[in-house]
Amino acid sequence: MLNIALPKGRLGEKVYDILERAGYPCEAIKENGRKLIFENTELGIRYFWVKPSDVSIYVERGAADIGIAGKDILLEYNPNVYELLDLNIGKCRVAVAGKKGFRDDTRRTLKVATKFVNIAKTHYRSVSRDIDIIKLNGSIELAPILGLSDVIVDIVETGTTLKENDLDVLETIVPISARLISNKASFKFKTAEIEKLVEGVRLQIKEND
Amino acid sequence: MLVDKVLKKEEQAAFNLRSLYKGYGYQPFKMSKFEEYDLYVRNKDFLVSDRVITFNDTDGRLLALKPDVTLSIIKNSKGENLDKHKVYYSENVYRISGSTGQFKEIMQTGLECIGEIDMLDVCEVVSLAAESLALVSDEYVLDISHMGIVTAFLKEACGGREFESRVTALIAEKNTHELEALCAEYKISPSAREKLVALSCMYGERAEVLKRLDGLCTDAEARSALSELMELDKLLSSSGLDKKVRFDFSVVNNMKYYNGIVFKGFISGICEGALSGGEYDNLLHSMNLEARAIGFALYLDFLSELYYTPDEYDVDVLLLYDTAVSHEAVVTKKRELISEGKSVWSASIPPEKIRYREIVKLK
Repeated sequence: MLNIALPKGRLGEKVYDILERAGYPCEAIKENGRKLIFENTELGIRYFWVKPSDVSIYVERGAADIGIAGKDILLEYNPNVYELLDLNIGKCRVAVAGKKGFRDDTRRTLKVATKFVNIAKTHYRSVSRDIDIIKLNGSIELAPILGLSDVIVDIVETGTTLKENDLDVLETIVPISARLISNKASFKFKTAEIEKLVEGVRLQIKEND
Repeated sequence: MLVDKVLKKEEQAAFNLRSLYKGYGYQPFKMSKFEEYDLYVRNKDFLVSDRVITFNDTDGRLLALKPDVTLSIIKNSKGENLDKHKVYYSENVYRISGSTGQFKEIMQTGLECIGEIDMLDVCEVVSLAAESLALVSDEYVLDISHMGIVTAFLKEACGGREFESRVTALIAEKNTHELEALCAEYKISPSAREKLVALSCMYGERAEVLKRLDGLCTDAEARSALSELMELDKLLSSSGLDKKVRFDFSVVNNMKYYNGIVFKGFISGICEGALSGGEYDNLLHSMNLEARAIGFALYLDFLSELYYTPDEYDVDVLLLYDTAVSHEAVVTKKRELISEGKSVWSASIPPEKIRYREIVKLK
């Protein structure tokens, strides 16, 4: 039995569609309900929905053999897993944004509000910039508007939310897309099953492109 | 068997492992829980995590609760003029656990072979690693790689230090897509690029991997590493170690210390690697020792998770006695039951929280 952790939300639904086309359907998953686990015993697969930021935890700890997580989550938590495939969907970027016309004054510590503490720290360490991290869990865009921080480090997809709040992208830290990850021990003991699934998904992605 | 009943499975495994190593002539090595902090500062890249628990000795020297055993063994073998130093150990180490980020006490058993060692010793250590895993569980896999091949391919790419450390991280993740992008970013030559990308998905049965490597290993350094793998393959096959002992280049250890064969063991049901080891001549050279060395450690704290089955009962017998019964009679009956190999809980009123298999009443 292959356990697959899917990220709840739009990305997860897209990923399921790919898996379905790749030969891993599970009809029950499309019914709207509160169920979290869906099995297709004939194919030997079990899907479950988890919070996107928890996918890497389920996979690293072996509760899921494989999972689909955004590269942002992988960079932030640095889980000890195999990253087998770039799905080329859920594309966006982690970027630094600030109020329109913002200029970084290097005479003082830069206040950075973000959900992605590790990504922000690594980025500013690489350019030796002294920062003060403010960890927030949502509505990051508010921070510079209210003067809580100078800039934010956040996911930018189309930039519409930023524009509506008079914010500009100052620099891109890293491009993001969804990745297929596998637990290392699971890969050893279910090699053929995982390889087959990865190949199926790879073909679907090629067709999409 | 009383031993089976009283010793926990992980304790039995530790016992079996010790007798395995002793059989191959390895000597037990006992060390203190503390070590001079200085030893770890000088070799901090060798450690799994560079954070250690430190404290001051009564004379002010800075000591550490040891995060690693290998460094202490090397330090110990420094003064000895041995042609070969073969030791095994069973020790607790204190380090940050990857998944929790907290300090953890980890029980590890392992061995080190230091000195004038040859391919036969290398193969013996690798076989012992496989046998150690087999003693713990039937469902195991030992993945072997060779740092010499990785180093040779990286040299050909000429990408610089940062490139090298990023490549090794991506190979360890089997991350082919980002490795291709990285090679393009650093404008690596097509032939070097093809080799590195091939390494990121180089795994499987030994014969098949050797065939694929044969076409890729062109320079002298890579050829000599490949010939070591070929010899190892032969010796492993003659020991009957086939399907479960494979080659997999996602096993990558720090190149500053590890230079030859490296390996990692996995056990079904344990989410992280259960065994880790390799040849670390470079570490010896950095500590001014001209010798070769290979060893491994098996992390036994995973075993309690693997072997855990909840007990149905706390004791075999609840000996329920009437208050009118003499204490001597209770003691005699209790001893009689224990001598039959049963565990006994005696009480005059049935206890609420004790689960028992049978009840014996004494009136």
